[in-house]
Amino acid sequence: MIPLAVTAFTATSAVGNGNAAHAAALRQGRSGLRRNDFTAQPLDTWIGRVAGLEALDWPQAFARHDCRNNRLAWLGLQQDGLRDAVEDAIRRHGAARVALVLGTSTSSIGATEEAYARLGVDGSFPPDLRRPEVHTPHSLGLFVAHALGIAGPCVTVATACSSSAKVFAQAERLLRLGIADAALVGGVDTLCGSVLFGFNSLELVSREPCRPFDVARSGISLGEAAGFALLERDGAAAAWLIGHGESSDAHHMSSPHPQGLGARLAIGDALARAGIAPGDVDYLNLHGTASQKNDEVEAALIAELFPATLAASSTKGWTGHTLGAAGILEAVICLLALREGFRPGTLNTTTLDPQCGPQLRLQGEYTPVGIAMTQSFGFGGNNCVLVFAQGARR
Amino acid sequence: MSTRLGARIAGIGFWSPLLPGWPVARDVLAGLAPPPAGPPAKASARLLAPTERRRAPDTVAIALEVAAGACEMARMDPRSLPSIFASTHGDLPINDYMCSTLATTPALCSPTKFHNSVHNAAAGYWTMGTGCMQPSTALSAWHDTFANGLLEALVQAVAGMTPVLYVAYDVGARGPLAAVSPSEGLLAMALVLDPRGDANPADWRLDASVEALPAPSQSAPAPAPWDALLPANAMRQCLPLLAALTGSGDSSMLLRLGSGSRLAVTVINAAAQGPA
Repeated sequence: MIPLAVTAFTATSAVGNGNAAHAAALRQGRSGLRRNDFTAQPLDTWIGRVAGLEALDWPQAFARHDCRNNRLAWLGLQQDGLRDAVEDAIRRHGAARVALVLGTSTSSIGATEEAYARLGVDGSFPPDLRRPEVHTPHSLGLFVAHALGIAGPCVTVATACSSSAKVFAQAERLLRLGIADAALVGGVDTLCGSVLFGFNSLELVSREPCRPFDVARSGISLGEAAGFALLERDGAAAAWLIGHGESSDAHHMSSPHPQGLGARLAIGDALARAGIAPGDVDYLNLHGTASQKNDEVEAALIAELFPATLAASSTKGWTGHTLGAAGILEAVICLLALREGFRPGTLNTTTLDPQCGPQLRLQGEYTPVGIAMTQSFGFGGNNCVLVFAQGARR
Repeated sequence: MSTRLGARIAGIGFWSPLLPGWPVARDVLAGLAPPPAGPPAKASARLLAPTERRRAPDTVAIALEVAAGACEMARMDPRSLPSIFASTHGDLPINDYMCSTLATTPALCSPTKFHNSVHNAAAGYWTMGTGCMQPSTALSAWHDTFANGLLEALVQAVAGMTPVLYVAYDVGARGPLAAVSPSEGLLAMALVLDPRGDANPADWRLDASVEALPAPSQSAPAPAPWDALLPANAMRQCLPLLAALTGSGDSSMLLRLGSGSRLAVTVINAAAQGPA
């Protein structure tokens, strides 16, 4: 494919606000996970919670969009000059020629949960939450379009944990066909009762900080994050999107294909679109949730498909699994690996599962990174792989 | 200027309890046949294994019903088609269940309800039921969901030079959520869109382009007699296209994509113009 310029990017998660905080935490091995203090009856688990959202100064103009998920979106938009970059793109291309494609799994369902916890005696929503905008899956897209003045096509992708990876593929097609001249992509997901108690009901939540690919791993730590990237055909690129691949497992709603067939298709499609071989990838950010099944399938797949020179790792030990925001968060970690020349390791893990090949790295390492890849796998067997590069290679 | 997005409408699926299936809906809405007598129909997710079929929520049942119908009409193997699923609200009854349970007995949350609560549940069951490993997506854009889903379907078709499956659906709200996310009954529509040059004369072609101009925020109202046939469902957003497909000549519509952009759609009824 013709590479797309990533002209601005940022991420905010439990490890901090913005790119510098992420780069520092990844270098220093400083986790953002803490004991769960979320919801009225907190589960015994660890979470990646973003500090300060409750106390955030919320602009009156956005009153109808107020909810935890949009607060995290707003906090994320303040970092790394992202808002200025979008304003500049709007000035250059026109607001209607900028598309907005965002991913989320639960959007602002937390606001709906809160309304149900405070229903009136007649069973109606409390007056402060009678705002239809925050009870739709598109709450995130509505808010960000309003906040930034983006007037082009505006859509929310919700394919569970691959959501904010797939937004890159969707935006690439819009730019390739000339439907838009720039696209703001990204995703935001916040902690809420649905995901904490939902993943708990599936027996996927760990009682300790998650240990991706550890032989004694005991499940996931949930987290929350916001991330954004501005894509254009050309320009002062921080890096380039050179490939994407999507596929379906056609196997099970909440369990990966045992041989990773869907993941394999997405990886193959992404490499082919990028015009590269597996040996060209310098760093691979894995889905690596620390669930028994995901890590087992993913470890075997990487051991089979990639040479030993590849450094692959899961960064969920820093941020937790941020679900619909995992795609953009880990895309940003790849962009930071390219920029900083640093390949992150895997935090909290001590003894690797014997399924893992030599690609799986526990220690971070300073080395030039030319090409970085990230993979995201969602419920419903929904897979997406992205490839980024320093140069456009045109 | 943006690319013209053109495709043959190779297959159509439609389902609502009083108009269960595209052939019935087409004839009744065109005024060629009376509405079917008898009780309202129930959709069954016939592609799924018996256990999953019994447990399939309405969202999954109606989405799979229209998806299968469109693929059959197109005579295309579902396994070959990338799919785009669009729903305004997703599974409102499951959201009502989840929020009620979380407010009272969170530890008793059902694992099946939880994994069926994802917006891509219908897409996931479709790929499982058909064995399709092609990419699949699930979108939402509130009142502009149908238009943005249609845009993504056309873009995937034209960018990949491949036929695609587009499915749009919504179900009725339940419980306190109904006050903020109004939707009643069941309504689903599917299209197989084929961008390749066609060997056989097609009944319909769809041509669209994205314009940097505002469009009205609400779709044009459907013909009045339709109110008795179709529920006040959030996916009434598809009615302008449904009207074009049940009419006799060509027609055009403007669908809102964002605050300053719209999809200009023309439906060309080749069958009405006689044999090619």
